[in-house]
This record gives sequence, C-alpha cells and structure tokens, in this order.
Amino acid sequence: MKPENQPELYIISSSPHTHEGSSVERIMLDVLIALAPAFAASLYFFKLDALRLTGTCVATCLIAEWLCRKAMKRESSIRDLSAVVTGVLLAFNLPPSLPTWMAVAGSLFAITICKQIFGGLGYNVFNPALAARAFMLISFTGAMTHWSSSDWAASLASGAADAATGATPLGLIKEAVKTGASIPHFSTATIMKLASGNINGCLGETSALALLLGGAYLLYRKVITWHIPTAYIGTVFIYACILHMVSPATSALPHMHLLSGGLIIGAFFMATDMVTSPVTKKGMLIFGVGCGIITMLIRTVKTGSYPEGVSFAILLMNAITPLINRGCRNRVFGTKS
Amino acid sequence: MKLFTDFTRGLFRENPIFRLLLGMCPTLAVTTSLENALGMGLASTFVLVCSNVVISLLRNVIPSAVRIPCFIVVIATFVTVVDLLMQAYAPALAASLGIFIPLIVVNCIILGRAEAFASKNPVIYSIADGIGMGIGFTVALAIIASMREFLGAGSITVWGDIALKGIHNKTMVLFVLPAGGFISLGLIIGFINHIQALAARAKGGVAPLPLEMDCRHCNICKFGK
Repeated sequence: MKPENQPELYIISSSPHTHEGSSVERIMLDVLIALAPAFAASLYFFKLDALRLTGTCVATCLIAEWLCRKAMKRESSIRDLSAVVTGVLLAFNLPPSLPTWMAVAGSLFAITICKQIFGGLGYNVFNPALAARAFMLISFTGAMTHWSSSDWAASLASGAADAATGATPLGLIKEAVKTGASIPHFSTATIMKLASGNINGCLGETSALALLLGGAYLLYRKVITWHIPTAYIGTVFIYACILHMVSPATSALPHMHLLSGGLIIGAFFMATDMVTSPVTKKGMLIFGVGCGIITMLIRTVKTGSYPEGVSFAILLMNAITPLINRGCRNRVFGTKS
Repeated sequence: MKLFTDFTRGLFRENPIFRLLLGMCPTLAVTTSLENALGMGLASTFVLVCSNVVISLLRNVIPSAVRIPCFIVVIATFVTVVDLLMQAYAPALAASLGIFIPLIVVNCIILGRAEAFASKNPVIYSIADGIGMGIGFTVALAIIASMREFLGAGSITVWGDIALKGIHNKTMVLFVLPAGGFISLGLIIGFINHIQALAARAKGGVAPLPLEMDCRHCNICKFGK
C-alpha cells in the first residue's frame, strides 16, 4: 500500500522514452495486408489451387508453431502472426500443382527446423519460407518444377483451367543459354502477361503489378525501407543491361529478368525480412547488391542447372548477414570513426 | 565389475557419436543407408578391438614420445586387413563405402581409445572397452542411417533380405544428401541430450558432461613432457 501524502511513484528507465506504437503483430499484419493483392491475383489465375496450398501452408505453420512452443515450454507465439506470414510466403513460392502433403512437409520444415529450433522469431538465421522452399526444391525437384494447375483443380473447374502449361519464361531462357541457342523472342503480349500474372510460375510470384502494389504499401507503412529492394532490383537490371549490350543474341532483355521469376516478391517480401537482413542502411545496400549479383549468376551462367536463383541468392546473403552487420557498424555518437 | 563398466561405457554413457562427438566425418558421410552404416560400424569395431589389444600389449614398450606414430602404424595395419577383406568378400559394400574404409585410420574414436584407454589398461579391459565402443558406434550409425534412409529413400533395405516398406512415393531426397546428414544428426543428439537432462532432473541433478570432453583426461597437448 502506498502511504498517504506521498507523491506518486514513477517508473524510471533509460531511453528511448517515446514509442511509435509499432509491434510485431502490427508489422506482420501489414505484411499480410501487403500480400493481399498478390493473393487475389493468385486466386484469379490459379483458382482453387491457390486456396488449397495457401490454406494448407498457413494451417500447418500455425499448428507446428503452437506444438513447438508447447513442447519447448515457451510462451505461445501464434498470436504474433509470424507463422501466418511464413505460411503465406511459402505457399506463394510453390507451383500450383504441388501435392498437398508436400506443402505440409515444407511448412513443418519451415517452422520446426528453420525457425523454432533456432529459438523462434528473431533468432532464425535463414528466412524460414525460403529455406523451406530450398528444401522442397531439392527434395521434390519434379513436383516443384511442374508448372500447371493440378488435376484436382482442373477436374473441379471441369476443364476450364486456362492457366498455360509448359515451361516458364526463365526456364526457356536457361535452356537457350545452356544449349547455346539464341534467346527466344518474347512478344509484348507475353510481357504484359508477366506484369499482370497470367503466366506459369509459383502461386504468388507471377503478378508483378500486385506485388509492387503490396511493396508500395510496405514502404508507405515504413515496414521496409527502400534500400534492399532498390539495390536488389537495380543490380539485376544493370547486370542484365550489361549482358544484353555485350551479346544481344544470347541474353534476355533486361525487363524480362525484372518481371519473370520471383525477383519482385523476393526483393520486397523475402530479402527485407527484418530478422535475416542487415540492420544498417549501408549493410542493406550491400545485401541487396549481393542478392542481385548471385541471382543473375545463377540465372545466366551456363554451367548452373537452376533457371531461377532468387531464393538461393537471398539464403546465401542471409548466411553472411552477421558479417555485413559487423562490417557496417554505425559510429557510436561521441567516438572517433 | 570394472570389466562390465568398461564394456557399457561406450554403449550410452560415453557413446562415441552421441556423447563424445568423435568420428563425425564417417558419421555424416556413410549414414545415407543402413547397409553402409552397418558395414562401416562393423569394420570400425574390428579395427578398434584389434588395435586396442595390440596397443594394450605394447603399452610398456612404446616410448611415450613417439606413441602417436606407433598407434597409427598399428591401426593402419588392421585397416589394411579390413580393406582387403572387404574388397575380396564384399566388393559391393567396399565400393559404396569407398574412401571411408582407408580413412578409418584417422578415425578419432580409434586413436582416442588407444590414447585414452588401451595405452593405460591391461588387455582384457581394453577388449571390453573396444567391443563396447564399437557396438555403441555401430548402433549410433544405424540409428542415424535408419532415419535418413527411411525419410530420404522411402524404405530401408539391408542386403536385400530385410526390407522395411515405407513411404514409397513420399520421399524427401534432402535427407540422403549431406545437408540431411547434419539435420538428422543434430535432431538426434538434441533429442538424446533432452532425455538425459530430463533423467538427471528427475534424480535432482544436472546432466554431466562426458569425462573425455574434459581437458584433464586428454594428454595429447602435453606431448614430450
């Protein structure tokens, strides 16, 4: 009991004293809102498969998160929505025809092995969704590179599945690079399809416009800063321009590299993951440039076998993020250099 | 009683892989299938027991200053025997284990037991120690390999006789690749440490570190003293 006629006690703590009111929940909610246009686009283009895979991934991630925290006797963390974000991002990185059990296996891998074993949100070295995608790409190579809607969705839609089947634009480019043939010509109509998203690819990565809309929202909400996306996409663009100038016959147009594959979703939603990217502005620029160079190396070097390199590029840069942080420390106020 | 303690030490309390973390290179490399793991485990056990016997017999003859080269010569002899035997009678296994059979020479467990046990104890105890450590190593390899083969290849096959039909078309290839080796080993060691901690807590204490992980019980750095 507080004695009478004594002033009220104040809590005294060190700075910072003002708080803008942001929280993990709010940031994760912002990311989910930013992913909504891309989800709408994937629902439009891939119909039921988008719903099936996204639902599976989100549900499995939430259950795995709850079970892990329970098993480790820690506070439950499913309310912070980070597991939902991981589930959605993982689903957006899967091809529409993927069997459901593979999505379950990937989600379990993302939450248990890539996130909770390291100690949960904030302690993971690699972006869980991307690490799970790499795991699935290696484990289920056939299913992860099969680009058409599943039999299930096709039968439900009674043959009305209009998503194109066959190779992705990046797959065609890589094939041409490997065989030494000239790059296939992509018409303006194809490029418009790439921008809108009516093209082969993973669920959430196809519609560049929807992803850019989401990215703009994240920038507006200050969830991410411009450094990583700009450095990443800029590096890819410059690299592709140089390649195209040196040998126009054997390299794709720069805007093909920008619009196809997972570059946009990677640059705005994956590379900017707060836990696994550098903390300083300078570090972020280095991180983005590194991602861009590795992506383009994987995409265009003849000896490589993968047509797309965004996920591996970001994972590799995640691995050296502590090193970048160490090299890009800000000068502490009042000290010399 | 000491004989029994020496035998059981390697099985669980100081299991070479799960508790001492010795011999990690063959552990990660050959546990892609149960067949390879058993072959590797048995070959290592043979070398371990034989080298323990010889080194124990020679323990008063070998000068302390050159003991490591002497141990290596003894171990290399038995590895050559195993290598040639395997090539003669189990060529398929020899081919799939490849370079890892000659590399038993530098396996930390064998040199470690020679240094820490056989060079200080009579023959009979050294045999018990070798057999215990060898069985512990083989069982540990078999556990890791079963997990990896089951998840990565979908079924477990041992010399075509014992086959466990598993998740045929639901395989995760990653687990038979090197990354899967690290993940499996880490998960199993974590699980065993957890069990040990729980058991120790039930008795009202904390799980002890194995003695060999402690500097006081290794004299390799005191070379030439």
